[in-house]
Amino acid sequence: MLTVTDLSAGYGPVRALDGVSFTADRGRVTAVLGANGAGKTTLLRTISGLHRADRGSVELDGSRLDRVAAERMPALGLAHVPEGRGVITELTVEENLRLGGLGRAGRVDPADLERVYTLFPVLADRRAALAHVLSGGERQMLVIARALMARPTMLLLDEPSLGLAPRIVAQIFELLRGLVESESLSVLLVEQNARSALSIAHRGVVLNLGRVVADDDADVLAADDQLRHAYLGF
Amino acid sequence: MQQLLNTALGGLTLGMVYAAFALALVLIWRSTRIVNFAQAPMAMVTTFVALVVVDAGHSYWLAFAAALVSGLLLGAVVERLVVRPVEGGPEINAVILTLGLFIVLHALAAVVFGNRYRSFPAPFGVRGLEVGGTTIALTGFGVFTVLAVLVTMGLLLALFRYTDVGLRMRASAFNPEVARLLGVRVGRMLTLGWALASLVGSLAGLLIAGGSLVHPAYMDSVVVYGFVAAVLGGLDSPIGAVVGGLLLGVALSFVSGYVGSQLVALAALVILMLVLTLRPGGLFAQAAARRV
Amino acid sequence: MATALRRGRTWWAGSVLGRHLLVALLGLVVVVVVLESASDFRNLQLASMAYLGIAAGGLTVLTGLNGQISLGHGALMAIGAYTTALLLDDRDAGTPLPLVVLAAVAVTLLVGAVVGAAAARLHGPYLAGATLALAVAVPGIALYFKEQLGGEQGLRVVLPDIPTWVLDLAFFVTGQDLTRSRYVACLAWLTLIVTFVLLANLSRTRVGRRWRAVRDDEVAAELAGIRLGRARVSAFVVSAAAAGAAGAMMAITVRLAAPSGFTITLSLTLLTAVVLGGLGSLGGALLGAALLTFLPQVVTDLGVDAGLSDIQAAELAPLVYGLVMVVVVLVAPAGLVGTARTALLRRRLQRAGTGTSTSTSTDTAAPTSTSTTSKGTTT
Ligand SMILES: Nc1ncnc2c1ncn2[C@@H]1O[C@H](COP(=O)(O)OP(=O)(O)OP(=O)(O)O)[C@@H](O)[C@H]1O
Ligand SMILES: [Mg+2]
Repeated sequence: MLTVTDLSAGYGPVRALDGVSFTADRGRVTAVLGANGAGKTTLLRTISGLHRADRGSVELDGSRLDRVAAERMPALGLAHVPEGRGVITELTVEENLRLGGLGRAGRVDPADLERVYTLFPVLADRRAALAHVLSGGERQMLVIARALMARPTMLLLDEPSLGLAPRIVAQIFELLRGLVESESLSVLLVEQNARSALSIAHRGVVLNLGRVVADDDADVLAADDQLRHAYLGF
Repeated sequence: MQQLLNTALGGLTLGMVYAAFALALVLIWRSTRIVNFAQAPMAMVTTFVALVVVDAGHSYWLAFAAALVSGLLLGAVVERLVVRPVEGGPEINAVILTLGLFIVLHALAAVVFGNRYRSFPAPFGVRGLEVGGTTIALTGFGVFTVLAVLVTMGLLLALFRYTDVGLRMRASAFNPEVARLLGVRVGRMLTLGWALASLVGSLAGLLIAGGSLVHPAYMDSVVVYGFVAAVLGGLDSPIGAVVGGLLLGVALSFVSGYVGSQLVALAALVILMLVLTLRPGGLFAQAAARRV
Repeated sequence: MATALRRGRTWWAGSVLGRHLLVALLGLVVVVVVLESASDFRNLQLASMAYLGIAAGGLTVLTGLNGQISLGHGALMAIGAYTTALLLDDRDAGTPLPLVVLAAVAVTLLVGAVVGAAAARLHGPYLAGATLALAVAVPGIALYFKEQLGGEQGLRVVLPDIPTWVLDLAFFVTGQDLTRSRYVACLAWLTLIVTFVLLANLSRTRVGRRWRAVRDDEVAAELAGIRLGRARVSAFVVSAAAAGAAGAMMAITVRLAAPSGFTITLSLTLLTAVVLGGLGSLGGALLGAALLTFLPQVVTDLGVDAGLSDIQAAELAPLVYGLVMVVVVLVAPAGLVGTARTALLRRRLQRAGTGTSTSTSTDTAAPTSTSTTSKGTTT
């Protein structure tokens, strides 16, 4: 379980997060929604230690994550797939995956590789290709697979649907749902595309200008017309 | 005909050294976007370390190893203590910093080791080998030079291609932030990269010094040739640096042999400007623009 | 309203020019007094401070105001020096000295235009590498054309006789005979003053504003209709012209133009002067030149006192410069003067009660000072 308490962060004078608190339960998908500039990316970056929090705390299954360097997160069970995906295009598909595996224990377990190749057969076919040649959808699969290589308990995803065709998005979300159910993975899913995010999420947190304006079960949020119109845009 | 052959052979030997030096520059450029102009005096200092070991009565090989190890350490120390604060900052700061380091190391070497020419031993003959009754421009030491550079490159290639550390280093160079998220200690990888680059630079320094004279300034022009070679290869590509080094070595050897050795540096300048004007991405640049 | 504004601005510009001329005049008086009371040896030292200052002034305009770096200014000085030497090859050469200097400036300016055109598209490390190559290449040319350029030995420079009216004037003003070293020092300082007035004014005009705009933000400058290439080349040309004048003064001061005088060390030394003095500041460049001229003796004496041999002690000065250069970049990226000025400005702003943390003044501070803070966020 990920617990965020009173988290604040910013860029110089800009306050991007202002006292954000919520929990993301184990084995659940928690959606973080909000318009452009709401602070979603900043939230994820602050949780994973890429950005320094000014105030507040983050706990994952009882251990404090704030003040922990980003490079130690994989060992603590947290994986962050950044906005814009973060495929290292100069490396091959398999090298990207191996890199993911190295993060947890310092070496790659071949069983992990086999597992993600079974989950994502597309990647298995192109394991020796440079990641540069992959399509957008394949890249998204690659970064999710790479994150799974570290056997995380908590997966942070920043706008996985960005720039992908609806069919591909549905496919990826379907896959995520399966993982959450079969492996009790927890997912914190940042999305602007609120409708599809809420369709797989159990819970949703809505951010506006760095503050939590709603935090409820996904179906409750989806049914709240006022909220939908004001913040979710559907 | 024979002169042609000899010029080419001499060029290839020299080109190997330029290739090594260019490779050292590329390794650092790839990971930190800094051209390490201090690479030349760093290599020079380690050659003097070797000279101290030789003067103390030890074998050439011990001196050789001492220089390489001190190169490794020097690279790591320089990155950690001096370069780290300017990484990711304005590029002009890094340029000025490496030049400041250039001056410091120069002066330090002159204070400690003296500002005069000293002869440096070579483990193999420095006279041309006999092939079929004629002497060719390839010396025993030249053969050693070529082999040493090839072996070093092979080892580096293996390190980068086939080891986990190599993978981490490449990831840090290509995308430091993602590398961090995947658990790579990027800072350590950069230090290691500088250390390895400095080792390769030291090797180049030792190979240039062998059977010749060393002086605090003896590597100064090599940093220019190494830079030109690296730019020929695109500054981002280790393979390109090696090919660029060989091409430059041969080209400069012909200029030296047929025009005049005084104009070698001018020829390097002309080549550099031609490349930068006509093919700024290097000779082997693909149509696709490189990242950054 | 508009005319009033325009008149306001011209009045202001006139006052700046006036102020520059006033400073120059004061400088001239100080120079005459100092040179007149200094020994021959000191005069030659002061002359070398002047030529280093001229070249450093040119470089600081290029680097500080336009953001280009050059490690080739030593080579440009060589071109000025060799031109001077070729024109002053014997006592009856007959070309008046001012013409010789102008010729040196013109030739260097031409070379600078070529180099600048090639360099205009380069930035940062590429530019540094290319100009470093220039610095290494140029002495080779002198070695290759042994017949014309004297090879390793170089060319001797024969200083023409001092014109009698100058001798008379000097006697009239100072009551002493003008020695040749004093004459040389006067020439060098006069050139420095003229160069600095020109550079200072240029950097206040539209040209100077363009240079700064290009340095601060290329995209914004381009959008504002500034031709990037042209701005870069013009900055390089101006800077090269100053280096040419410096080379000419160096030639008549040391009476020789030889490859050994124009090693990489000279170029790096100029950069040191510029960094020590604070990028973009002419006063700083002069301060840097003074340090380069007078610090070595002090440091060397200290070294000898500490038990080093003469040769070793002579290397202490560059050691100090190098260290200072490294430290300046690490703790005060705008250089000594630039940083002091920023601190002063900040204090003044605070006293004025505005209290906001403005980013450094875009006027004279180097590009280095504006973005160094951006890094801390991710690490
Ligand atoms: N590097 C930065 N420097 C300064 N301000 C920033 C920076 N990154 C983000 N911000 C500001 O912080 C606020 C939150 O940005 P953030 O990227 O977290 O929003 P977001 O919800 O992820 O938006 P989007 O949906 O567009 O990705 C915005 O006002 C943004 O302008
Ligand atoms: Mg975002």
